[in-house]
Amino acid sequence: MADTVLNEPNIKKLSPKDFRSDQENRWCPGCGDHGILNSVQKAMAEMDFKKEDYAIISGIGCSSRFPYYVDTYGFHTIHGRAAAIASGVKCANPDLEVIQVSGDGDALAIGGNHFIHAVRRNIDMTILLFNNEIYGLTKGQYSPTSNQGMVTKTSPFGTIEEPFKPAQLALGARSKFYARSLDTNIKLTTAVVKAASDHKGTSIVEVLQNCVIYNDGAHSLITDKATKEEYQVIIEHGKPMIFGKEKNKGLIMGGNGKLVVVTIGEHGITEEDVLVHDAHTEDPHMHWLLSSMMAPEYPVALGVIRDVDSTSYDEKMVQQIADVKAISSIKNMDDLLNSGDTWVVD
Amino acid sequence: MSQKTKIIEREEVVIRFSGDSGDGMQLTGTQFSDTSALFGNDVATFPDYPAEIRAPQGTVGGVSGFQLHFGHQEIYTPGDYADVLVAMNPAALKANLKWVKASGTIIVNEDSFTDKNLEKAGYESDPLLDDKLADYNLIKAKVTSLTRECLKDSGLDQKSILRCKNMFTLGMVYWMFDRPLDHSEDFIEKKFKKYPLVVAANKKVLKAGYNFAKTIEALPYNYSVAPAKIRKGLYRNITGNKATAWGLMAAAERSNLELFCGSYPITPATEILQELAARKDLGVKTFQAEDEIAGICTAIGASFAGNFAVTTTSGPGLALKTEAAGLAVMTELPLVIVNVQRGGPSTGLPTKTEQSDLLQAIHGRSGECPMPVIAASTPSDCFHYAFESGRIALEHMTPVILLTDGFIANGAEPWRIPKMSELPEIVAPIAKEGDEYLPYAREEKRLSRKWAVPGTKGLEHRIGGLEKIDGVGTVSYVPENHQVMSDIRKKRVELVANNIPELKVKGKEEADVLVVGWGGTYGHLTTAVRELQKEEKSISLAHFNYIFPLPKNTADIFSRYKKIIVCELNDGQFAEYLRSSFQDIKFEQHNKLMGLPFTVVELKERFNQLLEEK
Repeated sequence: MADTVLNEPNIKKLSPKDFRSDQENRWCPGCGDHGILNSVQKAMAEMDFKKEDYAIISGIGCSSRFPYYVDTYGFHTIHGRAAAIASGVKCANPDLEVIQVSGDGDALAIGGNHFIHAVRRNIDMTILLFNNEIYGLTKGQYSPTSNQGMVTKTSPFGTIEEPFKPAQLALGARSKFYARSLDTNIKLTTAVVKAASDHKGTSIVEVLQNCVIYNDGAHSLITDKATKEEYQVIIEHGKPMIFGKEKNKGLIMGGNGKLVVVTIGEHGITEEDVLVHDAHTEDPHMHWLLSSMMAPEYPVALGVIRDVDSTSYDEKMVQQIADVKAISSIKNMDDLLNSGDTWVVD
Repeated sequence: MSQKTKIIEREEVVIRFSGDSGDGMQLTGTQFSDTSALFGNDVATFPDYPAEIRAPQGTVGGVSGFQLHFGHQEIYTPGDYADVLVAMNPAALKANLKWVKASGTIIVNEDSFTDKNLEKAGYESDPLLDDKLADYNLIKAKVTSLTRECLKDSGLDQKSILRCKNMFTLGMVYWMFDRPLDHSEDFIEKKFKKYPLVVAANKKVLKAGYNFAKTIEALPYNYSVAPAKIRKGLYRNITGNKATAWGLMAAAERSNLELFCGSYPITPATEILQELAARKDLGVKTFQAEDEIAGICTAIGASFAGNFAVTTTSGPGLALKTEAAGLAVMTELPLVIVNVQRGGPSTGLPTKTEQSDLLQAIHGRSGECPMPVIAASTPSDCFHYAFESGRIALEHMTPVILLTDGFIANGAEPWRIPKMSELPEIVAPIAKEGDEYLPYAREEKRLSRKWAVPGTKGLEHRIGGLEKIDGVGTVSYVPENHQVMSDIRKKRVELVANNIPELKVKGKEEADVLVVGWGGTYGHLTTAVRELQKEEKSISLAHFNYIFPLPKNTADIFSRYKKIIVCELNDGQFAEYLRSSFQDIKFEQHNKLMGLPFTVVELKERFNQLLEEK
């Protein structure tokens, strides 16, 4: 084991370029993954980890080619199992900064079980969930996040399935950190990846990603220049949830327990009436409402929606081992072999 | 001590304790075997319990048994047939009568032979009253009422009083075999130290049972089984599952690596995970995964990150781990997959033994996907072969499958405790900072790649399940490269044969019949072959622990015998495998699929038949 000291500021500041590998990039031109890769490399360079202390673990799918393009330790595993493999990596060496990359099929269909249990255990790692609402690598079948009615190669008459909302699944699994970003917003993605890394525990970062070939424009209302200001709200802890081209729209709590979009200056609404975001509250109720907002009825919430302090699985694991070691008289295998009922044959 | 009318010296004795699954028969059996081991006998034990935790009381399906075999000579099996059967109720008698030797002794709890219990057990008439048991030495003891009477002033409630009745039968059997009570008295004191009333009650009933047997002269004679001649040393009793867990821990210590176990509970492998979970003091990390797949996947992740990683399971679980096992082969990461085999297919017979996962272990993966397969053969040698599996995995950078089975996993025997310094050091090919590193560059002797652990400066690299170019390790779909890599993966496993011992034969190097076995049938095959050798029969035994690859001298050994018979608890999987490896040799078969071990009797009959055939 390398005796590296972590969390020490890098002596030589790393740049995103340091994380570029020599591998030929095989994503389609125009794929949203390119933007996410740039954002993550930027975040990695800006964080205080050494290059060798990152481990990027992916499953199978377009997004899961990610580790090949980042010059650090990487493991391109098998379909659906990235969360489990990443969990093992982190437990084996809690000093590593583990980033797991999966698509909506990898994380929520074949890997759904591992996803919810990783979140429940709260192992300190970041799960980047690239959500393009389609299977890309297998060339265009519906995914567990595809909207009902969507016509794909395996749903020629429209899907009849209810889609998952990744945030709801994460909250249901008692997630302590959930953020959402857009592939095209490098600044925001970089910021939320850094926030996710800072959080102790399993952090989910859902990146709404565009598949130019099989589901182009899936998120267009919130990415197109003409409409995005009206259909996205970037929320920040401690700040009012204001959005819109004119920065005059806000969210308030309606009498029926639902969020309501209001216009500041109309019907006597002032900025003080707009809800202020509390990402740190343990009660997931508001985080559920915020993360469930869908366009066009609501703006889609982006940014760090939930970030609740917690002790991670790996911290508890390390502590428990230390505690038991301290009180046990068994210090090595010879002690164990000779413990309990034994007898001598002369 | 007791006044025995007659003492019969015996080389060996088999006792079977049986009752409802809540009757405490496992504990009773364990106490008797521990006491006998302390007395100096060689012992082998086997618990036989229902799959249901609380099977319907009083029914044959709910009977829990514990068989033990102790002797003045070396004991290799828990015994075929019992000299003494303890039956706590009619169902226990019904389920076990066929396992009692002709003219053996049967102790029954007479109180339990009520109309209701007889009906539940499926008896049409009371077997204690008709002549069905006339050929046995039947001892009727009112165990329930005697226990109740004995504890009427104990201050315990009725339920707690009845829980003590297993101690009454234990006391009886102790008297019959002239065993001291002190070990069990100590045990009771330790186990119930917080409950003085319970300690007093159990000790009183134990003594009462002992005195009762003495008073009624439970046997017209007394068995005496002298201590065995056993190699000097410090001993302990150990089950196969515990020995497996300890062997894995020993491999971690001798390789100076942290041990990680990712597993999902499954009968009959769960005790390995439990044993490892208890060893936080030795730094063992156990991860109870959400399923079998996550069990192996977390282990693969831990292996990538530099731990000695293992996963434990049984047949159906191995099937679920198949795809991930392929990833471990492709990425050439060290990993031990323990498969405690049980009766299959599907859920099959979870608590019963079988050897029917052999071909699954050797071949059961997608693609050409070879990995070494090793099998343990006795409860205590699970330690050695678990250690060996770790050694091969780490030295050759490969996943290894270790096969045990329900019979040896749950069975126990005395074990001469090794010193850790007697075990070889394990050196994994870990790459160091400053090394020239290519992920798939290989050393010559074993063709293993180096293990560059995340966190090591300058060795950043990517691996994965896609085919790689040898050396640099980048993804490649080039046809010729796939051939090269497939050949290397095959060769790497073949090279393991240079790092394992040669096969040794028990008996003459040339003979009429060679008995071939593998894994957990060792005890029965050894006993059968030894007994025939004592009768001057021309028969030897070749028992395999290294399955894939086979020891290098296998063909040479096979060539020295006129007939070869492969015995296994499946439909002929090892025989099939040997036929495909040695196409000119004829292999006879003896197979059984009953969820039970072989009996020495059936094996001797089969071997005699083969010896007599022209």
